[in-house]
This record gives sequence, C-alpha cells and structure tokens, in this order.
Amino acid sequence: MAEYELKTPLTDADIEKLKSGDVVYITGTIYTGRDAAHKRLTDSLDKGEALPFDLKGALIYYVGPSPAPPGRPIGSAGPTTSYRMDTYAPRLHGLGLKGTIGKGKRSQEVKDAMATNKAAYFGATGGAGALLSLAIKAAKVIAYDDLGPEAIRELTVERFPLLVINDCHGGELYTKPNLEAALAG
Amino acid sequence: MRTIQAQTIIDKVAEMCIAANRELPEDVMRTFKERLAAEENPAAKEIFRQLIENAELSKDTGLPLCQDCGLAVFFVEMGEDAHVDGMSLRQAINEGMIKGYKEGYLRKSSCDPFTRKNTGDNGPAIIHFDIVPGDKLKIWMMAKGGGSENMSRVMMFPPAAGWKGLREFIINRVAEAGPNPCPPVLVGIGIGGNFELAAINSKKALLRDIDDTHPDPEVAKLEAEVLESINKLNIGPMGLGGKTTCLGVKILVAPCHLASLPLAVNVQCHSARHKEVVL
Ligand code: SF4
Repeated sequence: MAEYELKTPLTDADIEKLKSGDVVYITGTIYTGRDAAHKRLTDSLDKGEALPFDLKGALIYYVGPSPAPPGRPIGSAGPTTSYRMDTYAPRLHGLGLKGTIGKGKRSQEVKDAMATNKAAYFGATGGAGALLSLAIKAAKVIAYDDLGPEAIRELTVERFPLLVINDCHGGELYTKPNLEAALAG
Repeated sequence: MRTIQAQTIIDKVAEMCIAANRELPEDVMRTFKERLAAEENPAAKEIFRQLIENAELSKDTGLPLCQDCGLAVFFVEMGEDAHVDGMSLRQAINEGMIKGYKEGYLRKSSCDPFTRKNTGDNGPAIIHFDIVPGDKLKIWMMAKGGGSENMSRVMMFPPAAGWKGLREFIINRVAEAGPNPCPPVLVGIGIGGNFELAAINSKKALLRDIDDTHPDPEVAKLEAEVLESINKLNIGPMGLGGKTTCLGVKILVAPCHLASLPLAVNVQCHSARHKEVVL
C-alpha cells in the first residue's frame, strides 16, 4: 500500500496510479455536496444550466459541516454515507468528476462509471469530524446558501487524509462480511 | 406539588445537548483504548487512534465529535408530584434543545420530508414521555445521527421464528449495513411489545453504559453471545476489517401479542452521544 500526495485538480494519471488501500493526502480545492445539493446539480444539468463549479478534475466531498465557531474556518467536517449519492454520481463522473469522498459502500453503477471515466472513491474516517476539520484551511459557500449545512462549499485543504476505497481498476478495499462464521455463533 | 421553573429545564437541556456532542462518554473512551490494544489489523488500530484523538480535540476545542449532531431525542420521566412553571414541559425541552444547538455551534439536521427544507433550528425535538411516581424530573438526551439511524429496522416476526430467527436477523442487519454506519457500532435491540414499542425500546436500550450487564442473566447471556457473533463478521472499524465491528449489544424486552414476535434493531454510532440529568 502506497502513500501519495496529490494536488487538485486531479488528472487521469493521478487516478490511474491509485490502488484500493493506498493512503492519499489531498492539497488544493475540493467541493462539498450531499443529498439536496446533488439534486440541484442534476436539475441544473437537465435544464442545460452552468454548474456552480467546474467538474473537470474535481473532487466532491460528501459532507454537511457543523457551523464554524468564531476563529475557525469551519466546524466539524467528517464524511456522510455515500450510497445516498449513488443515483447522481455516474452522471457527474461522465462529466469529468475525478473523485468522491465519503464513507460506506458504492453501487455497481458507480464503480462502473469510475472505471469508464477514470475516477476513484475515497474514504475518510466517519465520526471523526473534529479531527478532519484541522486539514481544512478555508471554506466558502459558493452555491445553494439556503440549504444551510447542505450548501455547496469550496474548501481549501492541506494534506486532507484519505484512503482509496475503490480504484479505477475495479479494486475495492471493503471485504465481504464473514456471515458464515458469525451465524455459526 | 413541587414546582420546577421552565427556565431551569431550558438551561439544563441546552447544556446536555452541547455536552453530549462534545464529550465522549468515559465508558466509550475506555472501550476505544481497550479495542485499540486488542486489534491486530493496523488499519483498525489507526481508526481507534483517530477516534481517541478526535474525542480529545473535541473536548479541547468545543468542536462537535461529529458534524452530524443528530436529531435530538429525549426520554423523559416526569414525577406525578412535580409541575413545570412557565410553559409546558414539551415546550421547555424543545426550547432548551434549540438554544443548545444554536449556542454550541451544532449542526441543524432536521428538514421537511417532502421539500427537504431545513427547519433551521434542529426542531422539533423527538420526546418520549413517561409519568412516574415522585416529584423528580429525569431527562435523557441522545444525539442520533442519520447514518446509523438509516441502517436500523423493525421486523414483525411470527412467534415460530423464535430467538433463532431474531438472532439471524440482527446479525444479517449489521452485516448488510457493513461500513455505512461508521462501525464499530452499538446495537440497541427491542424484543416484544408491538410495532412502535419495539422501536422505542431498541433506542432506549442504547442509554445503558457499554460495560453495563443486563439485570436478567438470561438476557445478559444473549447480549454477550450476539456481540461475540457480530464481531466475527470482520467488518471492523470503518469497514476496514478487524475484531471490533460492534462495541456493545443492549436488549430491552417487553411482553407482546400472542400472534407476534416484534423485533427492532437500532444501530448507534461509536460515540454513543448521550447525557442524563435529574431535576
Ligand atoms: S453514523 Fe457516523 S457520520 Fe453519522 S452521526 Fe454517526 S458517527 Fe457521525
């Protein structure tokens, strides 16, 4: 398992070298987006409208941060469960999205879209939102302010710590639960 | 009749909401440290290290342990000989919750189910009332995250399913949830009652400490057995593999209808964010 330092925007070459299980530190700009924001992004695409940020080489972090207390750029900011964005992700990958950050399993459709479009799925530690917020140096709402925690934010991150869960070669870090052993008692 | 001022309740509830979101319960911290030592998988160890660091940071900075500060769930036991002055008990708890989530910079996660518009104040609080003898007011607060709640289920079994059927369902549920609810999880189980009581009991069961043993030795045995079985799933912390998929199994049993065997499985986050207060 390798360790990489990557800068955004991500390129095909960045993604191709990644294998599930690799540790990646991301520096640069990433965008937040979860359920309601994805619905709006998709509605905009349907209507042929421009999106609030450029998807080419972009990374979307599935997160709804807690409010920033005085003196901090952001509150706690750990990942939310990714499967809820599975219906939206393949289309975005088709438009150049290079990666998503979250926790939990992805659908086969998302994995296929990542293989076709050279993209990866990264995991961040769930329930460690205070710790993860330390790697976020600046945050700015760039769209859908009315959605509150679900608004799209542009985050400036420095060495944001991630694990590659699904790479673009079909590799996956999550293993199947050992149901037989558990049911046997 | 003893009088409790509404303002006292508002202030206490606000404090509880903030503390539950910032202070990892001691029993959970102890369990994290034990599991860190017990795990052999380096990835699992690393997750426990991060969770411990996260808790220390949260305490020092006041940042919430998790950005999902949850829907605020309350269990309330109101003494028959006590009375709230100033507003209704429900109103006071709700106002206290709103105050705590605002002043503690906690995330507001409540929205309209159809429009998905955020209510803006995390309200209304979900409150389960009970009337008990005496003149005390006891309030438990739980910050319940959406990721773990989504993995929870209620199932109405026929009596013939028996413990075997329940056990299989519980283990399968945790297996299917896999890495989604931020394992290692806690599992609250309501057995018996009816459709809604099983669900409420599965949540209430999660108010117990992790190392607390069920007073009924038969049930305590089931809890220990299921915990051991779940931990053979090798889902591990964050789904990365390891011996710790579950930190504790807590069961609450109630009598049920002759025709049914209700089961509710409520999955809870590793941080088990809850507080209690007696007024
Ligand atoms: S499931 Fe994970 S992300 Fe959601 S509230 Fe619990 S610890 Fe936080």
